[in-house]
Amino acid sequence: MSRADVLVDADWAEAHFDDPKIVFVEVDEDVSAYDGGHLPGAVRLDWTKELQQPAVRDVIDKDDFGKLLSSKGIGNDDTVVLYGGNNNWFAAYAYWYFKLYGHDSVKLLDGGRKKWELDGRDLVKDDPSRPTTTYTAKDPDLAIRAFRDEVVASIGSKNLVDVRSPDEFSGKIKAPAHLPQEQSQRAGHVPTAINIPWSKAAADDGTFRGDDELTSLYGEQGFDDAKSTIAYCRIGERSSHTWFVLHELLGKTDVKNYDGSWVEYGSLIGVPVEKNV
Amino acid sequence: MCGAPDQDTLPALEVGAGEAVVHGFVVQDDAPLGGAYVRLLGESGDFTAEVQSSATGYFRFYAAAGDWTLRTLYRGGSVDTAVTAVQGQAVEAEVEVPG
Repeated sequence: MSRADVLVDADWAEAHFDDPKIVFVEVDEDVSAYDGGHLPGAVRLDWTKELQQPAVRDVIDKDDFGKLLSSKGIGNDDTVVLYGGNNNWFAAYAYWYFKLYGHDSVKLLDGGRKKWELDGRDLVKDDPSRPTTTYTAKDPDLAIRAFRDEVVASIGSKNLVDVRSPDEFSGKIKAPAHLPQEQSQRAGHVPTAINIPWSKAAADDGTFRGDDELTSLYGEQGFDDAKSTIAYCRIGERSSHTWFVLHELLGKTDVKNYDGSWVEYGSLIGVPVEKNV
Repeated sequence: MCGAPDQDTLPALEVGAGEAVVHGFVVQDDAPLGGAYVRLLGESGDFTAEVQSSATGYFRFYAAAGDWTLRTLYRGGSVDTAVTAVQGQAVEAEVEVPG
């Protein structure tokens, strides 16, 4: 797999708007962003309502994922191009989600909404029209998903990559600084984790840095290629961004995303926590 | 949730005793600039958070006390603005970008 297989730029996107086998999908936490304008023909996935179970904190099951994609007009043999705001955090989460359920051809739009807007490219408000499909999801690929017990067991043995900001890692703040800091869970990080913020893998405009730069970044921060890897953040979407970098762009093997992340780990009874402040 | 909240629909500002808020407006040619991307960078230049300014140009961060840089991206470039956050207070910063 190469970068060109998983990442497209805006010019590529504009040249493929009329291709019926390519589906552009916008994923934002702020779903109103889509209503304000989106890529021509793009469908919307609502992260909070459609990609999370309403009662249990978990991904939806494979049958519901199949129904969801069917309702969006996405077929098993379509190429899905994901993009969104927040530097593609939720688009990367959706990318990981599509791979979890075995979708073959998935790509990210480099830079997402931000670069698209900063470049002054066109957005439309038309509702897309795609006929429903009969999508069949595969069993979840647990080779790319980590759970809490595996994280605890991996302390001191695997690459535990904490991709939050340095102040969240140290325990100085409990959530990203654009959010109120009222969370009740403990602050800090998983012992032996290395802090490589997701943001170091991207330029200011949200595009991913080049492969050589990325390889140097992780190597300099103590990433050990001989070890398996688990990436985590606060709720699993920033770590999806890093999972995409490590597994899809750099081709590293045995990389998992811990989508329970700090909101889960930092609230567990009795697990070790390290804090630097 | 973890992503940046819509700055058009923020709740009224309340600053907790342990919080240090940095907020303000982005303006261009004396008019509010909505849709700009405001990034909060730590003392070593590390990215901490990013929001998109509201229709009135407003942005808000819950930082920690200390020195920060606001890097504002807009069509045509970016500008950096220094700001010092104070615990228990809301410090206002005006970001003016070239027209």
